[in-house]
Amino acid sequence: MKEVFVNSIGSVSVQKTFDTSGFLDDLVDYEGTSVKAVDPNYKDFIPPAAARRMAKGIKMSAVSSQNALKEAGLENVDAIIVGTGLGCLGESEKFVRDLLDNDEQYLTPTRFIQSSHNTVAGSIALDMGCKGYNFTYVHSNISFESSLWDAKLQLQNNEAENILVGAVDELVEHHVTTHQFIDHIKKEPVSMKQVLRSGTKGIVFGEGSHFFVMSNQKQASTYSKLIGMGIYNTLANSEVSHTIMAFLEKNGLCKEDLDGVILGNNGDVDYDTIYHDLETSIFKDIPQYVYKHLSGEYDTASGFGFWMANKILKTGKVPELIRWNDIKVTQPKRLLLYNQYRGKNHSLVVLEKC
Amino acid sequence: MNQGVAITGMGLISAIGNNVADNFASLISGKTGISKVRRIKTVHEHEIMVGEVPLTNEELEKLLGLPPDSHSRTPLLGIMAANEALSQAGIHNISEYSTGLISGTTVGGMDKSEQYFYDFYESNVHWNHINSLHAGDSTQKIADAIGLSKSFVTTISTACSSAANAIMLGARMIKSGELDRVIVGGSDSLSKFTINGFKTLMILSDTYNTPFDENRKGLNLGEAAAFLVLESDAIVSKENKKVLAYVKGYGNANDAYHQTASSENGDGAVLAMEKALKVAGITPDEVDYINAHGTATPNNDLSEGRAILRVFKDKIPEFSSTKPFTGHTLAVAAGVEAVYSILSIQNNVIYPNLNFKTPMTEFNLVPETQLMNKEIKTVLSNSFGFGGNCSTLIFTKEA
Repeated sequence: MKEVFVNSIGSVSVQKTFDTSGFLDDLVDYEGTSVKAVDPNYKDFIPPAAARRMAKGIKMSAVSSQNALKEAGLENVDAIIVGTGLGCLGESEKFVRDLLDNDEQYLTPTRFIQSSHNTVAGSIALDMGCKGYNFTYVHSNISFESSLWDAKLQLQNNEAENILVGAVDELVEHHVTTHQFIDHIKKEPVSMKQVLRSGTKGIVFGEGSHFFVMSNQKQASTYSKLIGMGIYNTLANSEVSHTIMAFLEKNGLCKEDLDGVILGNNGDVDYDTIYHDLETSIFKDIPQYVYKHLSGEYDTASGFGFWMANKILKTGKVPELIRWNDIKVTQPKRLLLYNQYRGKNHSLVVLEKC
Repeated sequence: MNQGVAITGMGLISAIGNNVADNFASLISGKTGISKVRRIKTVHEHEIMVGEVPLTNEELEKLLGLPPDSHSRTPLLGIMAANEALSQAGIHNISEYSTGLISGTTVGGMDKSEQYFYDFYESNVHWNHINSLHAGDSTQKIADAIGLSKSFVTTISTACSSAANAIMLGARMIKSGELDRVIVGGSDSLSKFTINGFKTLMILSDTYNTPFDENRKGLNLGEAAAFLVLESDAIVSKENKKVLAYVKGYGNANDAYHQTASSENGDGAVLAMEKALKVAGITPDEVDYINAHGTATPNNDLSEGRAILRVFKDKIPEFSSTKPFTGHTLAVAAGVEAVYSILSIQNNVIYPNLNFKTPMTEFNLVPETQLMNKEIKTVLSNSFGFGGNCSTLIFTKEA
């Protein structure tokens, strides 16, 4: 079986991550219950006439995917695999609103076409003229991890050499308001620095697009090696630590081998307890890092976590604001990412410096 | 090399039957499920025809022993089909082996989201549906219903090729030893959203759809759920399981031509079919029957027809589209047609392409219009979708 590498990264998020040279050194603070992505200069990536009719998810992904391809030094890939919880939800929402407001009359196809979950993967393939394998995963907060899993399987078996793997979701007003009704999104505004210790129900909603070139060939730009992955649709709270330990063992590791854990804490008082239990038990002596106060929470926010893990491994730097405990390691070599949302769709990813 | 993956169970609910046996009875008696729309209130009711599952949500909930208004229609249909597939595969303890669920859908819980879009602001009565729009929620509800926990569960949405890709991923996971057993397929319900979306694209027929006919006017939307159970050879031999057929080949490619339309010469479709034949390790002349995508839109049938000619040259096997029976069931089309392909292999039968009268002027392709008996060892099934997504599956009698 071949080894699997992350050869490049690209990101558009709530932080200025579209600037590929920096690493969270000029943070964007916020005070709210939802927070939008910082717009890059889209004109540098998309012809302005085309951009006007484009869903935000497509625009963000044009930037992050082009940045990833450029860094990998590629013009085309063997496969494109995208994860998205809700696709270009803004277009779906507008289409439904138009449909209801105008009694199913005067509708135009553009919004419907862009509502199709696979529109981002399709439009990237179209732009690149990529006729290879093209997949879109749409499973809540393991949409991105499903894509990673698929890429890993193909690269290990040498069915492809370079795969563009992405994660994208966009922020939409109707979604935010209705999810506030049911306490999935916070009702009271909080700031970036408060959110993870807010002690209130729900999350701060964000958006973003993250793309990576995964390959079975290591090159000068390589960030990390993907060691192992686990996906579990449900786990009882009491099963989480046992599952993580079994996962590490299956991958020939023990917790002492980890130089850090990147946790998906999102400030929801009801579900962060799952992370807190680990922080004080199996991860007690390991550096703990968090990121969702910077990215906001959304189905593919773990793409931001994956982006951050790769930045840490390549630069050897750990920005102060992502530290969740006081334990420090210089030049971390091996990181575990653990994520879940509302106690469901648990994912584990191990990355290694190389 | 090129070993097929065993299929040990299948389940299906569509406009022509609530289970696999009823679907087969309709197929061989030429009974269509296309009618005027009954269950969805739409201003287009006189301009369109659809393939609706006859059961209401209330009837489905009662059959499944679920509380009223607890599920959107996509998971309700999905649970019906998944239950049937598991029952045929004789699976009583789902946790016995490393088992996954991979489902395809395009609409997820859109039927309830569009219904209560403004209502959510007015009252809390239907707030249980707020978080059910996303596709993963439908799949998780199917997982809950079949008791699947701590497992690999995911959802694929590649428009009208979703279920083909779910079956493909499942087969790859079994082959690579990532799972011992996997339930694969899809579920999609009709909604105002899709009816109006396809209406704006002007590809809905106002009468019965007529695939590969010169005078075809477009597609009829349908709804369905279909699941297969795939199992490793180790389970099959250990439990001495009856194998219905094998997933022998699969191919996925992108047409990279247009966001919704297929290329004139069907480049993506050709690539998908060629890849599937290569994975199966067979030549085109070994295919006994093609279950075509055949949506009856002017664009699809021309593009697919040309692609079939490019792959099969002057030796075109018997082919037909079963969309005149079920309508185009979007994400599930490949799931429905996977079950039909397996039934074709089991019963040595080719289904008629209903409503066909006049061959297309662009080429000399004539689908089978009558039920035909013939020994069927290998079936090739196509599914194409928006975003240029093209997928082909090959099913065989022997491994």
